[in-house]
Amino acid sequence: MQYWQYIVRRLLGVLVSLVGLSIIIFAVSRILPGNPARMALGPLATDEQVEAFAADMGIDQPVWMQYIQYMQGLLTGDLGMSLETRNQVLDDIIRHLPATIELITVAISFTIVLGIGLGILAAQHKDGHIDNATRMLAFATVSIPGFFLGILFQLIFGWFLGIMPITGRISREFRDEVTRETGFMLIDTLLSGSLAAHFDAWMHILLPALALSAAGIGQIMRITRSTMIDVQRKDYIEAERGFGLPNWLVVYKYTLKNAFVPVLTILGLLYASLLGNAFLIELVFNWPGLAEYGVNAVLSNDFNAVVGVVMTIGIAFVTVNFVVDLLLGRVDPRIQLERSGLT
Amino acid sequence: MSTISQERGWIDRRIPEARRESWRRAWLRFMNDRVGFIGLLIVVVVILLAILAPWIAPHPEHAGSFTDFPNALQSPSLDHPFGTDQNGRDVFSRVLFGFRLSLMLVVVVLGFGVPVGITLGMVAGYYGGRTENVIMRMTDTFLALPPLVMALAITSALEPNLVNAMIAIAALWWTWHARLTQSLVSSERNEAYVEAAKIAGASTPHIMFKEILPNILSPILVKITLDAGFVILIGAGLSFIGVGAQPPQPGLGTMVSQGTTYLPGSWWVALFPGFAIMFVVMGFNMVGDGLRDLFDVEVDR
Repeated sequence: MQYWQYIVRRLLGVLVSLVGLSIIIFAVSRILPGNPARMALGPLATDEQVEAFAADMGIDQPVWMQYIQYMQGLLTGDLGMSLETRNQVLDDIIRHLPATIELITVAISFTIVLGIGLGILAAQHKDGHIDNATRMLAFATVSIPGFFLGILFQLIFGWFLGIMPITGRISREFRDEVTRETGFMLIDTLLSGSLAAHFDAWMHILLPALALSAAGIGQIMRITRSTMIDVQRKDYIEAERGFGLPNWLVVYKYTLKNAFVPVLTILGLLYASLLGNAFLIELVFNWPGLAEYGVNAVLSNDFNAVVGVVMTIGIAFVTVNFVVDLLLGRVDPRIQLERSGLT
Repeated sequence: MSTISQERGWIDRRIPEARRESWRRAWLRFMNDRVGFIGLLIVVVVILLAILAPWIAPHPEHAGSFTDFPNALQSPSLDHPFGTDQNGRDVFSRVLFGFRLSLMLVVVVLGFGVPVGITLGMVAGYYGGRTENVIMRMTDTFLALPPLVMALAITSALEPNLVNAMIAIAALWWTWHARLTQSLVSSERNEAYVEAAKIAGASTPHIMFKEILPNILSPILVKITLDAGFVILIGAGLSFIGVGAQPPQPGLGTMVSQGTTYLPGSWWVALFPGFAIMFVVMGFNMVGDGLRDLFDVEVDR
């Protein structure tokens, strides 16, 4: 099978997933008991006002009509109006998204660097002290709730040591200096030309990103370790050592490359749990991202916003896994057959 | 005539015997693994504490909406090992009752999710073809949503409380087990023993649950153990946000979230419940890891 055929097959799968996703989310949003229009307007609104508002929102139509309208909206990027902020949900999401993407990107980078690094270290010292220590570390990181780790970080680095900021994305003194260009604080601070502000933004993102990445670091560490050990036992590695290749070359070029497939697979799945955990981390660190917007929407029964947020996350997850699948198909062509259901 | 029936009786006795023997050996090997053993110890202790909470908690009446303001925010002492919270309630007692809620969540979620997931995965893997495609597509779609986010959406659509949180998580959890079971069954369905059972005229449910299931039980068991920890984490997360256990219920996540108001001065209010979550989750993860080594299976969390 050609690579492009594989891409087309996976793309079709993505489409099916997205349609399924829209149905699930629509179903969830419509099991809401009570009248959302009434909830939005509050108990003081008259019945006529509520009815007019309901007609305005399209929630007086039969369910299937609502689904068609909702799909039309999705396809044209119109997610409706937020009942809480009275803005277009799409605008709200676009405004909140960069903060979350920034946080998750930094967290994923930590996960990759620290997780793979520690995993290699553990595999190199199999059954030694370092291996045991990293094993305990892995247990601790996957067992501690991310939000609790965040609180511990705030306590230690913010309150007791006083060396790190514990909330927000940037300090007050830089707030006016930095204009919003891309929404990514790390980029905006660079664009504003203030290195101090850029450094300040890094100080702000460090703790939440580390708290967010902890669970992933543990998982990636373990999976890297076990696949590295598996690969190390292979004959070709033995042969390379026999040829007298230096240790670093064997480890970093030949072993690591072949240990990469399971790690990449897990990274794709990890993305979903990162998106989920970001909800909690953003609350703890007052991070003005999508998750904070989503939680507020949930708590205030703002269902258009909830649908928008959940849909965004679903799309993000499907897209990331599509990219991961493409990469995997490149790295290991056998996977193309497997993922297309041809085995 | 009589010899044949005796033969069969022997086989019927022999198979469960062999199975029991292999489980017994597995158990002995498991107990030799330090990590697994410590994990099991933690899990057993937590389960006992949870069950016996009403009798062993120093102040069982503090589990609900009890107030004793003169004793509010007392630091840890002999009378209150974990200190007292903003209402003067004993944090230690509340943590014990919090274990109850966490374990209840695990039982409900896995009690629903595992059988449903196994059945769907079994049907998909066994029949293959279009049935498999439809079921697995559906599963993949559900998997595209982080459980916490989905539970958040469902809980908010119903009404934020512990029961709805349970329903929401349970409604999602089957996907993982459907996935796992399907992949196990599809590699198992062409084995000789399945063919033999078919030729002998065994019914499909018999083949699925009596023949195939016992042979794929170990990875499922590992998954269930690792799941338990994960479910507790999600439940704690929902409570932390405020859509899980509702105050005055002693949800561990709720207690952490309420305790953050009193940081850093009265650190014990938030930290002890937080470490309690970590303790029980770690126990389950260690057992899962021990089982994974024991059965030598690869199961993702």
